Amino acid sequence: MSRYDSFVTDVLVIGAGLAGERAAVEAATQGLNVILLSLVPPRRSHSSAAQGGMQAALGNSAMGKGDSPDVHFADTVKGSDWGCDQDVARLFVETAPIAVREMAHWGVPWTRVTKDEHVYDGKVIHEDPENAGLITARNFGGTAKWRTCYTSDGAGHTLLYTLDSMVLRLGITVHDRVEALSLIHDSERCYGAVARCLRTGELRAYTAKTTVIATGGYGRLYGASTNAIINEGSGLSLALDTGVVPLGNMEAVQFHPTGLVPSWILITEGARGDGGYLLDKNLHRFMPDYEPAKKELASRDVVSRRIMQHIRAGYGVESPYGDHVWLDIRHLGAEHINTNLREIATICKNFRGIDPVKDLIPVRPTQHYGMGGVRTNIDGQAYGLKNLFALGEAACWDLHGFNRLGGNSLAETVVAGKIIGEQIAKFTAEASLDVKSSLVEEHLHRQMDRVTRLRESRDGTEYVYDLRREMEQILSHHVGIFRSEDSLQDAVNQLSDLHERAQRLGLRGGGHGGDPELDAALRLPGMIRVAYCIAKGALARKESRGSHFREDFPHRDDANWLNRTLAYWPEGADEPELRYEPVKITESPPGDRGYGEATRGPDSAKP
Amino acid sequence: MIERELTFRIMRYNPDEPEKKPHLQEFHLTEEPGMSLFVVLNKLREEQDPTLRFDFVCRASICGSCGMLVNGRPTLACKTLTKDLPDVTTLLPLPVFKLLGDLSVDTGVWFRDMSFRTESWVHTDETFDPDAPEKRMDNAVALEIYEAERCIECGCCIGGCATANIKPDFIGAAGVNRVARFMVDPRDKRTEREYFEVVGNEDGVFGCIGLMACDDNCPVGVPLRDQLAYVRRKMASAGWRYQKV
Repeated sequence: MSRYDSFVTDVLVIGAGLAGERAAVEAATQGLNVILLSLVPPRRSHSSAAQGGMQAALGNSAMGKGDSPDVHFADTVKGSDWGCDQDVARLFVETAPIAVREMAHWGVPWTRVTKDEHVYDGKVIHEDPENAGLITARNFGGTAKWRTCYTSDGAGHTLLYTLDSMVLRLGITVHDRVEALSLIHDSERCYGAVARCLRTGELRAYTAKTTVIATGGYGRLYGASTNAIINEGSGLSLALDTGVVPLGNMEAVQFHPTGLVPSWILITEGARGDGGYLLDKNLHRFMPDYEPAKKELASRDVVSRRIMQHIRAGYGVESPYGDHVWLDIRHLGAEHINTNLREIATICKNFRGIDPVKDLIPVRPTQHYGMGGVRTNIDGQAYGLKNLFALGEAACWDLHGFNRLGGNSLAETVVAGKIIGEQIAKFTAEASLDVKSSLVEEHLHRQMDRVTRLRESRDGTEYVYDLRREMEQILSHHVGIFRSEDSLQDAVNQLSDLHERAQRLGLRGGGHGGDPELDAALRLPGMIRVAYCIAKGALARKESRGSHFREDFPHRDDANWLNRTLAYWPEGADEPELRYEPVKITESPPGDRGYGEATRGPDSAKP
Repeated sequence: MIERELTFRIMRYNPDEPEKKPHLQEFHLTEEPGMSLFVVLNKLREEQDPTLRFDFVCRASICGSCGMLVNGRPTLACKTLTKDLPDVTTLLPLPVFKLLGDLSVDTGVWFRDMSFRTESWVHTDETFDPDAPEKRMDNAVALEIYEAERCIECGCCIGGCATANIKPDFIGAAGVNRVARFMVDPRDKRTEREYFEVVGNEDGVFGCIGLMACDDNCPVGVPLRDQLAYVRRKMASAGWRYQKV
């Protein structure tokens, strides 16, 4: 047998973005040994790209006056279209203010309340001078109060750098450029992971009392996504491939209203939160026609649908990359744009050659976030396999239900990290590491075998990048914003075929050392299985809820579908198996969101 | 517009095959509207040579992964548009950092080491009180901290620094800027003397010989010249007092 390095630890955290690092900090603070695995140096994680901010009901700013966890709770549940677990949402909103202040204590330079008056949407806002110097907040979609705490244009960046400074301070071990390939398990319990060093290509075995999945999202399954290129859902396939851990609500996919055409880089919701408008080809501000109350700041699923609806009605701006609409922030002024929205100005300049101080920004709804993920209980423990936890975007905790509010994902990373990190520490303190070496070797051999077969093209010569592009196109064309039976059935059929072809991948290059083609080939079959779960879940759910919009079933159907999809991939199966469980409703019975089609139907709005 | 045929001369080297010396390989492709080096390199890998190694993460000049020498100048590949390039472009990995293969270098390890050496965390004995409101901070101070914190650790200032290229332990502009970030932060209780221990030497702020390529090359516009001057001034006066004690 080949040589391999092995590592033993109390807690193995896969993924070193905000969620993984926050949980690691909690566990290490309580005296446990922690190893963090990361595809990239931790500070390059996709968490750093969050420009907008995190929601927490501090109520310091004038426009946040009267805010409380109760109001935050109501917004979150409404936003989720009553698809979230309300006990989780309650725990989250109560903890968020503490988590924000804790990050301030550790070093985040949050933007503070000032005594200067400022103008918003034509109104002058006077801050309470008593609150000067406290953490301020900006406006985001779907919220009753201004609640999104931020650091100029770099909330995610400063949170990640600060949290990583705590990882340094605590001396937590970080192995970067390492990718987990499979969980070591016996269908009852998880014992760690088999991983591959992306520098050298060598395989490694990590054994741990507790294993934690914090790998972030899967946006890159859709070709056009705002996500970083490392967001390929690797943690989701790790869990799914055990055969016993389900993925929750994979059909709930968020499209951000404003991806920059055509690089699909995110233009933050801060742009609309700070007062930006959406304009059509006639430069008409069309959102008030559809959503008179919330205008550009209805929830993301609603704004994305309204944009596509308006484009379909013939009001889009034509371009070689498809029709789009305009985002207009010119009236906010150069000073505001170049400080609070500097990242937008930079992105527009670098990637489109325009200046938003005087130019309109071409935008279109773009895949942005997965509400679904590894299904866990309120403590973060994965369903189906002991000693396994998950959190952050990789998990379905389930705070977001069928639509996440802007500012709630960044908040979820550090809030869940704090709460679940504590649970991990408590659980691990009681756990023992009792693993058979034969089990570790069995899982290692399976991965070694995959590598050899790919290198020697033993199973076929399908090219990884061809198949990958097909997967991206299937999801983009058939499992997008507007969905329907025939199209979804097509997607399922094509993914079934693609999954079969993915068993016959072979490398064109040598696959030696840290070879990128081998990385991609090892990853792709799992990605296709996750894509299959998205499409099959969407086909089965015959209602519209949050971001999941069926043209053939345009209404929410609480009688039949007030539930959560659980997708399993049993060992040896060639397609996922769907089961359902009820959502937890503790305080707020399903009602009207106050925005979206239920309030004003798609036919009622005349542009 | 007539489509341009672009030539890229890219350095190839795989540390797993040391017998093959580093060399430039030539690639050709047709320019497309709005094309960036992110698009170019992925196209080359997917369509011409699947073994080509390079690093991208965010492809939006946020994460700092894709620093490289584009026609000799350190910059981020993701924000380099082909319309600004000549017909023939040479791509080399950033110097100073350990080469992992082709255009991929280990900036992560370098920056982690620098962060440890400069003890890049808030030094305080205060414990967090979950029931208390946050400590107040003037927004001007928050902005000042953020101005230094905006560094994305891409390594362009290091790769283009003459001193860093000949002195392997020099912390460079990124390191000095990092110290400035904590110096302006009232939450960090370190004294000038403690900072002096960290950077008041030839591998720290006094190693800089003032060529200021860092300031020209920073792809996110951190005011490195000002930060160097600020830390140098503080450390010079601290050193002066320190000597007298």
